[in-house]
Amino acid sequence: MSAQTSAVSDAATSPSKPTLKALRPGWITIAAKEFADHLLSARLYVLLVVLGIAALIPLYFAAERIRSVAASASTTPAVFLFLFQLSPEGIPILRVDLWIGIAAPLLGVAFAFDAVNGERHEGTLPRLLSQPIHRDDVINGKFAAGLAIISTALAAVVLVITGVGLLRLGIVPAQSEIVRVVIWLMSTILYVAFWLAFGLLLSVVIRRAATSALVAFGTWLFVAVPFFGPFLISFISNVISPDDANARHLIGQILPSTLYSDISSVILNPTIQTTSREVTASQYLQAQSFFPDSALSVTQSLILIWPAIVVLFGLTVGCFALAYVRFMRQEVRA
Amino acid sequence: MTLSPTPPPPPATGPERRLPRKGRLRQREKIQLPEDAGPIVTRRLSKRYGDLVAVDNLDLDVRAGEIFGLLGQNGAGKTTTILMLLGLAEPTAGVARVVGFDPTRAPLEVKRRVGYLPDNVGFYDGMTGRENLRYTARLNGIRGREAETRIGDALEQVGMTGRADDKVDTYSRGMLQRLGIADALLKDPAVLILDEPTTAIDPIGVVEILDLLRGLVRDRGLAVLLSSHLLAQVQSVCDRVGIFAAGKLIGVGTVPELAEQFGEEAVRIEVGFEGIDARAYESTAQVLRAIEGVSEVRTPERAGEPFTVLALPRDATGTVREAILASAAAKGLRLNSIREVVPSLDDIYRRALHARGLAVTRGAAA
Repeated sequence: MSAQTSAVSDAATSPSKPTLKALRPGWITIAAKEFADHLLSARLYVLLVVLGIAALIPLYFAAERIRSVAASASTTPAVFLFLFQLSPEGIPILRVDLWIGIAAPLLGVAFAFDAVNGERHEGTLPRLLSQPIHRDDVINGKFAAGLAIISTALAAVVLVITGVGLLRLGIVPAQSEIVRVVIWLMSTILYVAFWLAFGLLLSVVIRRAATSALVAFGTWLFVAVPFFGPFLISFISNVISPDDANARHLIGQILPSTLYSDISSVILNPTIQTTSREVTASQYLQAQSFFPDSALSVTQSLILIWPAIVVLFGLTVGCFALAYVRFMRQEVRA
Repeated sequence: MTLSPTPPPPPATGPERRLPRKGRLRQREKIQLPEDAGPIVTRRLSKRYGDLVAVDNLDLDVRAGEIFGLLGQNGAGKTTTILMLLGLAEPTAGVARVVGFDPTRAPLEVKRRVGYLPDNVGFYDGMTGRENLRYTARLNGIRGREAETRIGDALEQVGMTGRADDKVDTYSRGMLQRLGIADALLKDPAVLILDEPTTAIDPIGVVEILDLLRGLVRDRGLAVLLSSHLLAQVQSVCDRVGIFAAGKLIGVGTVPELAEQFGEEAVRIEVGFEGIDARAYESTAQVLRAIEGVSEVRTPERAGEPFTVLALPRDATGTVREAILASAAAKGLRLNSIREVVPSLDDIYRRALHARGLAVTRGAAA
């Protein structure tokens, strides 16, 4: 007791130097805990089932389709990539790349929509923030955990598809195809990271988890689902400037879903030489001039989609920055 | 940025945290803190949300080894003060030193040494009590065997060892509160700050928690700052109390000191008689009124209750009591109790507010 008291008075009387204990940064501890929570959560399994459908598509439909297109496929070097673009007859939406484009945003939203307001609701936020961590450790840790779980889930899906291709169909990917699939995986993670940042922003701004979930899924419905997307674009452009084709075009181009579908289609299909977006004339010429047989090299495809990647990255960072700033300025109690 | 009056943000959008301005920083330097300061000191600490003054020029001193009770109604500014002490809210003006550090500038140093039990403490439902504490230990950089030992000790201390491995969502409010105290003790703090530790707990639980706090102060010699609006409960456990209203500390001291400062001028003595019925009330009251130094006598409202005698001046209490005994014997009244009533903290609180011209209102804005 006396030691304790003297320690107190020591600390009190002499504003001693901060004791710098070798501490693991708080965000890593938080991210580890959140990641473990995500791994055990029911929502991960629901989403894995949804994403698993994507992995099952090649398994069930690829065999006969591959055979039917084998003649033309044998001349192209991209049979492996074709696995990601297969769809059963009559159901074009069940293409691996399209399906992941629609379902993957759910992954991002689901792991973030209650990140901060959930802690508030449970009454754990003040307790968490009273531990010796910086305030931004909380939001950084949660974002990092979300990114980790997203990357794990998406990589698992891609590996399953690759495995199916290898073992069941005997398709061995060429080196450039592996590079393309890795780039595709990374841009998909980036796209989902955007939704994660968006969900995080909602969880900071909206006090009730149920409300932020509704807003998040509503946004997903109109932005990420192709059936509804065009309505949103024409609605917004009509509000801003009616009957302006340019405005419509521009809005379509900064929507994350459009950006992602451009990236995805170009990187997975070497024969696609233009995106729906405007590229600079020099980029266009560059892309045109370097390939003799209508198939682009990885670098050339990358040049085409680079602007889209940059814009998508910017949107993600912007969303996260907004969430970060709002969280740092928020009152601790509700 | 200027200090010129800017339109305050509408309250509905929530208070904005502003960055410290140059003028304020300069002002902060000027305030002198006492040399022999205790673990918690504040000088002219203020917090404004737009027009609303939540904490107004607060001077607070909490010494090592004492339990200090911060008493006030909901919305008096208790939680805001506590958040400023922890560096979780930024003061608009004034200074604070907690365990020797400025919570605004060195929040990590403060949070490393201060255990905090928030109002309505919550834990992660899906985890057990022990797992929740393990997470807190990790955030404090305590790992491995040391963490397990400390968690075991803390759980033992709050009497939660038996339920530590159950999921938190099976806990009662009182158990959550005790787990919260264990959580705050994990970092072996020099100061414990408890925000409404006894709210929403049954009376037996309250006694347990207050006993626990007493024991902690005795065993570990830490300083405890607790806030409460349940004055009667706190009266028994606090060494000193501060009466907090509308962001101001309007009285500080031990309960007897405050009673003297804000209590009634007259001393209240309860006198009980045996075998007396309502017809004899008035005659008995006459006997009591005849005693010198008695200013007022109130007859019982129900059968069996004692008479209330107000004695003036305060230092005449002894002689008044003797006189009551004497006259009761002389008149053949069978006295069965006589005791001086210590004013409750509730009374003191009400009087303190009244003395400062503040109204007692329930459910004031936060």
